[in-house]
Amino acid sequence: MFTRKDVLGLRDMSREEILSILDTACEMKKKVNDPCLRSDELKNTSIVTLFYENSTRTKTSFSLAGKYLGATVQDLGIASSSVKKGESLIDTGRTIDQMGVDVMVMRHSLTGAPHVLAANVKAHVINAGDGANEHPTQALLDLYTIRDYKKSFDGLKVAIIGDISHSRVARSNVFGLGKLGAEVVLAGPSTMLGGFGKLGVHTTTDVKEAINGADVIMGLRIQFERFKTMSFPGLEEYRQLFGLNSEMIKKYAKKDVLIMHPGPVNRGIEFSTEVVDSGNSVINIQVKNGVAVRMAVLKLLMEGGHVK
Amino acid sequence: MKILIKNGRIINPAAGFDKVADLLISGKKVEKIGKNISEAADKTIDAKGRIVIPGLIDVHVHLREPGFEYKETIESGSHAAAAGGFTTICCMPNTKPVIDSEIMVEYIKLKAKREAVVNVLPIGAITKGQNGEELAEIGKMAKAGACAISEDGKSVENSGLLKTAMNYSKMFSIPVLSHCEDKSLVSGGCMNAGEQCQIMGLKGISNDSEDVIVARDIILAKSTGAKLHLCHVSTKGAIDLIKDAKARGQEISAEITPHHFTLDDTAVNSYNANTKMNPPLRSKEDVEAVRQALKDGTVDIIATDHAPHSSDEKNCEYENAAFGIVGLETALSLGLTVLVDGGYLTESQLIEKMSVNPAKLLGIQKGNISEGFEADITIVDPNAEYLIDSSTFLSKGKNTAFNGYKVRGKVETTIVGGKIVYEKGKIK
Repeated sequence: MFTRKDVLGLRDMSREEILSILDTACEMKKKVNDPCLRSDELKNTSIVTLFYENSTRTKTSFSLAGKYLGATVQDLGIASSSVKKGESLIDTGRTIDQMGVDVMVMRHSLTGAPHVLAANVKAHVINAGDGANEHPTQALLDLYTIRDYKKSFDGLKVAIIGDISHSRVARSNVFGLGKLGAEVVLAGPSTMLGGFGKLGVHTTTDVKEAINGADVIMGLRIQFERFKTMSFPGLEEYRQLFGLNSEMIKKYAKKDVLIMHPGPVNRGIEFSTEVVDSGNSVINIQVKNGVAVRMAVLKLLMEGGHVK
Repeated sequence: MKILIKNGRIINPAAGFDKVADLLISGKKVEKIGKNISEAADKTIDAKGRIVIPGLIDVHVHLREPGFEYKETIESGSHAAAAGGFTTICCMPNTKPVIDSEIMVEYIKLKAKREAVVNVLPIGAITKGQNGEELAEIGKMAKAGACAISEDGKSVENSGLLKTAMNYSKMFSIPVLSHCEDKSLVSGGCMNAGEQCQIMGLKGISNDSEDVIVARDIILAKSTGAKLHLCHVSTKGAIDLIKDAKARGQEISAEITPHHFTLDDTAVNSYNANTKMNPPLRSKEDVEAVRQALKDGTVDIIATDHAPHSSDEKNCEYENAAFGIVGLETALSLGLTVLVDGGYLTESQLIEKMSVNPAKLLGIQKGNISEGFEADITIVDPNAEYLIDSSTFLSKGKNTAFNGYKVRGKVETTIVGGKIVYEKGKIK
């Protein structure tokens, strides 16, 4: 059953809810692949995207997801809106709420901002990333992609490498993968590993240990914009200590390891170009699945609990 | 005007007195304490089943005036104080303009005289404009009636400047109240760094950000001989540092707030910013450490850090929300419920920490209701149980983390200088 008003994170989502989204996304993916199957199920649905933080792929993905289901999608250009005149988040939300909007998709640099919005508007709110907290639809598309290739999560070893402590993608994946039964290992510089010790996952500063026997390797983008003070000396040092190349992956990970990345990739930093473009890489497929997963989330929210 | 308080249990720790007796107030002073006082009075209060205690003294209050009257005023803050059983409150200097001059101290005193129903003692800033650059006119402020100096809300980052201020403050025998926080270790944090912070995805404030400055200030107080008082201590590490210093014979004092001895960081389980304060609600281990510190005497004072804010400043993104909660109207009940019922303090020890010891820190003739002393007296029904409801607060700030919290102990009457200023829910 999917009866929740908002999708704010995977931390408070049940295993059943996650699976119902993944199942629905299977149907949706056909529509992404074949324009003839695109429908108007959400014909009378109005969606507004509010991106307080820059994004190209997530915003476009949500926008297309809505359109493929026949919804009206409008972006509130934050840069040119009353937000720049100092309007509060709650006031902006309430204003948009009055315009007959069914779903608000929000990205914000502050943790909990979508939760505050959700508590103050009638519309459904989808969190498209809040601060260093959660990015639920990214994790859902990652879960979808993993399940698509590996069929089951039981006993899977998933290594997530990079700037863990600033990563909402890592957090949502930790919550989601944990609920579905996978083993998660997080690796990165000790100064970027904080914040996960108590979440029941293994953390290590040894990238080889992390990818040893891994079924999935997820690289995370080094997010320069989130550093108040640099927590490692430089990109070259990072590449040497934590960057992954094909030799290492061949030596330590499983043969059929999936190489994933939420993008945008810093080529030659997190992964060598070879790895990004290798046969094991599903980085581009993740993007396609992202549209399908977001269609599923929109559909389930609007249907309010009917999983077909 | 004579007021006779009959049959109350008078708890007056300053005199080691704890007995059911009558108390007669004549004019501004306590005239007599004894059994069956039958003297004619203008007003008689039946205090059977009640406790009669020296009026509470809060050394850490934000009255917001001037500059932020939409949050609180000297008048409304004093009403909240009276409702909470406080008869003397010390107001922090983070107003606009900052209380950093003789004229500002005079202004607060004047406004308080005109509008407040309790005693208001201004605290002067350590540096001009709280900028941490040059000394405020500490001497002139002290002579005008500032009861202490404090940089309030932040530490004086420059250790040399703080040392000078400490050294200088000795000439006027006023305490230096230290807010201990190394900003470079906080870097945008908004809740305790720990397990709960990991769950919530918010940026953390680690214990060491408090502990390093506690250590520094203790060391500087030792080398200068200043009277150091540490504000809102919240970590086990800070408690250990205070304990060590006291064991070595150094005279320092410290305060703990009701929210830090009552709640741990698991109270931050939603993005409702009424759990956001500075220092943040800490771990269970820290909470137990501060309770033990109150019990074993390492910490001598309970202060509220009453920090009223408007609803807009709290009903927003957690990280953008203002730090702090109100405390004047819930402190005594929380003390009775958490510390007395929890077996950490006796009622008499609680009163010591909320009245006797604050008076000692400030060097004022209060916190004592023996015959001849000023009649600052609070009468409390210790057995009245109720649910905290911020809509009943007299403070303009309704920002509490304790809505719906079940407590005991209701202030019924507050008397300041022989005058009833609060009775049964109303300001007189």
